[in-house]
Amino acid sequence: MSWETVIGLEIHVQLATKSKIFSAASTAYGAEPNTQACAIDLGMPGVLPVLNGEAVRMAVKFGLAVEARIAPRSVFARKNYFYPDLPKGYQISQYELPIVGLGHLDIHLDDGASRRIGITRAHLEEDAGKSLHEDFHGCSGIDLNRAGTPLLEIVSEPDLRSAREAVAYMKKIHALVRYLEICDGNMQEGSFRCDANVSVRPAGQTALGTRTELKNLNSFRFVERAINLEVERQIDVLEGGGSVVQETRLYDSARDETRSMRSKEEAFDYRYFPDPDLLPVILDEDYIEAVRETLPELPDARRERFMYEYGLSAYEADVLTASREMADYFEAAERASDGETRLTANWVMGDLMGALNKAGLDITESPVSAQMLGGMIRRIGDETISGKIAKQVFAAMWQGEGDADEIIEQKGLKQVTDSGAIEQIIDGILAANPQQLEQYRAGKEKLFGFFVGQVMKATQGKANPAQVNAILKQKLSSS
Amino acid sequence: MHKQSIASLAQGLRQGDFSSEELTRHFLDRIHRYNGALNCFITVTEEVALADAREADRRLRAGEAHALTGIPLAHKDIFCTDGVRTSCASRMLDNFIAPYDATVIQSFKAAGAVMLGKANMDEFAMGSSNETSYYGPVGNPWDTARVPGGSSGGSAAAVAARLAPAATGTDTGGSIRQPAALCGLTGLKPTYGRVSRYGMIAFASSLDQGGPLALTAQDAALLMNVMAGFDEKDSTSIDQPVPDYCAALDQPLDGLRIGVPREFFGDGLDAAVGELVQAAIGQYQRMGAAIVEISLPNTRYSAPTYYVVAPAECSSNLSRFDGVRYGYRCEDPVDLMDLYKRSRGEGFGAEVKRRIMIGTYALSAGYYDAYYLKAQKLRQLISDDFKKAFVEVDVIMGPTTPTTAFAAGDKLNDPIQMYLSDIYTIAVNLAGLPAISIPCGFSAGLPVGLQIIGGYFKEAQLLHIAHRYQQETDWHARVPEAFET
Repeated sequence: MSWETVIGLEIHVQLATKSKIFSAASTAYGAEPNTQACAIDLGMPGVLPVLNGEAVRMAVKFGLAVEARIAPRSVFARKNYFYPDLPKGYQISQYELPIVGLGHLDIHLDDGASRRIGITRAHLEEDAGKSLHEDFHGCSGIDLNRAGTPLLEIVSEPDLRSAREAVAYMKKIHALVRYLEICDGNMQEGSFRCDANVSVRPAGQTALGTRTELKNLNSFRFVERAINLEVERQIDVLEGGGSVVQETRLYDSARDETRSMRSKEEAFDYRYFPDPDLLPVILDEDYIEAVRETLPELPDARRERFMYEYGLSAYEADVLTASREMADYFEAAERASDGETRLTANWVMGDLMGALNKAGLDITESPVSAQMLGGMIRRIGDETISGKIAKQVFAAMWQGEGDADEIIEQKGLKQVTDSGAIEQIIDGILAANPQQLEQYRAGKEKLFGFFVGQVMKATQGKANPAQVNAILKQKLSSS
Repeated sequence: MHKQSIASLAQGLRQGDFSSEELTRHFLDRIHRYNGALNCFITVTEEVALADAREADRRLRAGEAHALTGIPLAHKDIFCTDGVRTSCASRMLDNFIAPYDATVIQSFKAAGAVMLGKANMDEFAMGSSNETSYYGPVGNPWDTARVPGGSSGGSAAAVAARLAPAATGTDTGGSIRQPAALCGLTGLKPTYGRVSRYGMIAFASSLDQGGPLALTAQDAALLMNVMAGFDEKDSTSIDQPVPDYCAALDQPLDGLRIGVPREFFGDGLDAAVGELVQAAIGQYQRMGAAIVEISLPNTRYSAPTYYVVAPAECSSNLSRFDGVRYGYRCEDPVDLMDLYKRSRGEGFGAEVKRRIMIGTYALSAGYYDAYYLKAQKLRQLISDDFKKAFVEVDVIMGPTTPTTAFAAGDKLNDPIQMYLSDIYTIAVNLAGLPAISIPCGFSAGLPVGLQIIGGYFKEAQLLHIAHRYQQETDWHARVPEAFET
């Protein structure tokens, strides 16, 4: 039997507000434990939450970007459960009335196809603190710095059909929230986290199979790996005549396995009810329109524009708009290159990305700025240097030796374009290699490359290749 | 000095008849003398009080005094007070020193009032007799074998016995008005959102409201001038201008339309209490008011509605008391579950546990619609009854409580009977309206309260109506014999 995989993702996006969602404490990462937890974050008796308007604005921004309905009235609810790093014994979240309703996002697959993935909802909530289980001599430590950090939980429809699609969707959301500047996207620090609901069903069946929820998927690689493992496991269970148990499973990257955390029977009854300490969030059209005006060009629109404005292929446009920083880099470099669009695309996707990957750097950490790269490409365009010499210039820029013009000047890499000088050199080479000249004239035309190589060697690569070819051709055919 | 109203004490301070320090020492002496018999204070903050008083005297001399500068007050032990134990009358918070001041406390500090101490109360404000306190029951100054009412029983007893000129209280289902009635005081429960809840330990967030317990309506107005107002730290507080509650106290009552709901005079109301309340309404008629019989048909659902909504909210509000960060923690927990179970099991008293269980049940999957959601709908119907009534009348009058103060121990083991002692007050909380209780006579030596309910933000009107009655009567000025001197 062939099986179809059905996946829905719940992505937790930490919103990049300066202060927490219900208190004035800072959200900065990495402070000493419990130094960024005020009385409200600690759940002291008598304290009350006050909603951070910036978190609302960011949620609306996201909703507009996925063409979702923004709820004119949304309500915060309490999700009740006991855990030591949950100070109040409940998490303030949104339940029945989330701020962002039904929306969608298009993902582009490697085969060129694109698919529309439904976004069920996105809601605001507060993060919990952290339990620390080491170095406390049989006890646990609690760090409440993260408690109250604003989260936007983005829930997809069960529209994803493979781990690769899930990753493509997750990457798309990741790029989007960074484009919108509502999340730093830092997965190591937990700013962008994902749970996956996974089920399988016989191909052709419309009813959904029993799903499991996978937790702790904190990298794109883990998402793909964990889903694939879980799909295999579920198929094994079903083909063995068993049935899948609805449960929450934890992905253990060290052991490369998923294992059961709790079953549906053990699931908590969260006793959701509207939080009486907070008023409903009422958003009018004027507010929503004002937020809409702050939206930047979105990834899909930018991708389209890259295709028609720069004549890039779909694949190139995908790569160059994968992140806002990448797209910004390309456009800045292209402007600095003085219209050398094609060369800029090739350089960014080729040498630059290669070097970045090798060094394990992000585009924002590139030692060669967009201005520098564009400036160098401009010198290729105006024939100051050849493409080959440019590689040398790029390497020097990477090493921090200055910008292209400085390096060309210092190292004397300027292309020789003086026809007289080139002619003189060619004459010398022809004279020095009579045997090859004779063979060439006898019909061994392959030797043309040999002569070009000799000229380049004599000029240390600086002779303009087009001129060398033309003059050489003329010399060889005459007399 | 202890028989004077705040209004006259403030005059005495200003005229230099006595200093705030003298006044404060006088009340501290009385507390030392009588608190043993009444148990109305959990914590007496003598040093804080004297320091406050000296600072007040400086302000008085410098001419920087507010109406309340130098006036000693007792605060219900539900308000967080920076550096002072804030116990909520629970073992759970017996060791809890609040790290901040509630907004109400901050406002009184800014006005220069003096804090005498923290008043006893029902544990987490859950109770109507002050018998659920971890620190023991409070006696009613009119008969110490009887309860003072609750949950603000310590506040009420302290003021009635003249151990404090006035006190703060909180009212979730009648917790200011019922003890005010049973102790012969003026107690105002303001409109929901009028007084900040920040720093007031939550029982039922959508019902809780702080307010004053005082000897007179004028004193209550003086306290309201300090307590009322918008607070950006409380999202449910309402940004509306605060009137001077003393400004209109003396206006005539001509044209006042008083609604008398027939539902408030039915079964369960003690006959003598009913007669005294009717007599008070008759007095208002003589003073120029028109009496209109009205009906509030859905108020009969108040108790069942209240006993779903309040426990539901409390079950969640009290989850933070888990033995992890502050408060009571059991000895040597073996694991996390043991820590939770024993800390909460040992830290909370029986009534608190009862309500947490009721509330947890009402919010559980499968029961939520039948209980919590239904209760919310009833709550709307109860509000609508009042809304309709206020088209016809300006205020609504009736008894505050069905009986006078009952004997200690009488209802402690019968929660339904205990809950029914708030039968006339809880509808007001469900609707979020303001209401005041004022003394309107005595039955067998025990005070009886008249409840006056107003429209939203009509506190000034309620105080005015109460004040006019107090100009014509002297019930409010009577002092329990045992505490005369």
